Amino acid sequence: MRRATTPWLFLAPALCATAALVLLPVLNTLWLSLHQVILFRPRSRPFIGVENYLIALADPVFWESLRHSLIWVVCAVALQFSFGFMAALLLNRAFSWRGIARALIVVPWALPSVIIGLIWTWMLDFNLGVLNHIGVRLGILSNSVPWLAQADTAMASVILAVLWQGIPFFAITLLAGLQAIPAELYEAASIDGAGVWAKFRHITLPGLASVIATAVLLRMIWVANSLDLILVMTGGGPGTATQTLPLHAFLTAWSGGNYGQGSALAVLLTILLLGIVIAYVWRSRER
Amino acid sequence: MKRSRLRLLFGTELPVLAFLAFAILPWFWMLLSSIRPERELIRTPILLWPETLTLINHIELLQRTSFGQNLRDSLIVAVGAVSLGLLLALPAAYSFSRFRFRGRQALRTSFLVINMFPVVMLILPLFVLMRDLGLLDTYFALIGGHATFTLPFAIWLLTSYFDGIPVELDQAAMIDGATRAQALRLVVLPLAIPGVIAVGLYLFITSWNEYLFALMLTGRNVRTVTVALQLFIGENQIQWGLLMAGGTLVSLPATILFLFAQRRLVSGLTGGAVKG
Repeated sequence: MRRATTPWLFLAPALCATAALVLLPVLNTLWLSLHQVILFRPRSRPFIGVENYLIALADPVFWESLRHSLIWVVCAVALQFSFGFMAALLLNRAFSWRGIARALIVVPWALPSVIIGLIWTWMLDFNLGVLNHIGVRLGILSNSVPWLAQADTAMASVILAVLWQGIPFFAITLLAGLQAIPAELYEAASIDGAGVWAKFRHITLPGLASVIATAVLLRMIWVANSLDLILVMTGGGPGTATQTLPLHAFLTAWSGGNYGQGSALAVLLTILLLGIVIAYVWRSRER
Repeated sequence: MKRSRLRLLFGTELPVLAFLAFAILPWFWMLLSSIRPERELIRTPILLWPETLTLINHIELLQRTSFGQNLRDSLIVAVGAVSLGLLLALPAAYSFSRFRFRGRQALRTSFLVINMFPVVMLILPLFVLMRDLGLLDTYFALIGGHATFTLPFAIWLLTSYFDGIPVELDQAAMIDGATRAQALRLVVLPLAIPGVIAVGLYLFITSWNEYLFALMLTGRNVRTVTVALQLFIGENQIQWGLLMAGGTLVSLPATILFLFAQRRLVSGLTGGAVKG
């Protein structure tokens, strides 16, 4: 009898905390999304069914935010992965200062999003930004560009910042994957006369496939959920040019005070992400 | 011989250098901007190389603004989150590692799923909850928030560390009359110290760097550095010198700790993925 309860005793603190600070809020979000909840009118919270959802879906801003979210996730993860993969392949080769290179490439990963936002806002500044200065000097730009203040460059600018933040994750994760591929495979292939490309195609890629899939899924979820970098750099602007779905939900509740509507948007985001989450969890369970 | 040296240089070393430059230069630019006087920063056309190096921004930041207080708040919250997080995660990870019970796999999966919830999904009701409990703007609210949303990953990592410690050790201790809790505390924990430190550093860095919870759950009495820095931007005229000094001061501890913990964290992060 005691044996059956012991594991649960050990788990109890974690379960209680999670129930109170994660599960309860999630259920609460579902509840809020079905009510009209305006923060500054705490007394009146009428039940309005799926009205919040209908309003959200009828709002062109929702669809625009969804489109921005798709651009944000696809571009950010694709670029982070491509450059991260290149970095991993390079760092897996033998050269004398490899150790220090491996350590230093991680630096952006450790920084808070707020600081990453600050650094890039500072470097992209219209008057004082170093990137405009260098761009003009080298003749790449004819004039200074207000990168974050105009609609057609703002999204690319925040993606540049998130690219910077995300390369280390892929570089380090894929590097660990590369190191796990047995060297004998490459030796055997060399004896059989395989070239660089053939080895990459038939040993590296298959050996890395599982790591790549897990890392990409994990990163997609993370990027799709993250809103602090955009919040710091543009606040979703100019206008709604960089407003992604989580940011739309957050701003609706936080600046607009409309918690019911914001919660409905948060639930919609969760539902949209569910496919990726299931794929990730299913992969993790296999092991 | 010479050709292979050239190949190494152009095929590997220079590309790696380019990656490193991209990774380091923006950070270095912040550091450099923080040790130049404000007048030099707002000059157009801008000066790439500093004329004067000074610590005036750092000094002014710590003396004339509340930033010292903000650093203290961030430290209290981060240490609190590490303590609470480990307190919750250690027994849970021990349980997942040492017991085989019904619902174990389902529970581990649930923790993974929880890790994937959008932050907005949690943060809106947490704000309402903390407000109703009168806990808004307290250390407790933020520590609780940070400790629980990092919990799934902390448990995940610790479980894999515990799995690496032979079960026979616990059994031997219990034959000698130790209870389960004593086996965890006296036998397993000392052996898992490197793992515990890595998880502790992860908790510290995550809490130290976190912005959204801090923005919503605290702000006036308790204000962490990330929120404080963001507020500097909102002021009428951005004082870039102060901002860059703040950014440098905030990023140093996390960066240094991260370089320390890197190898362990990474092996934990990727362990599952790589073992296949």
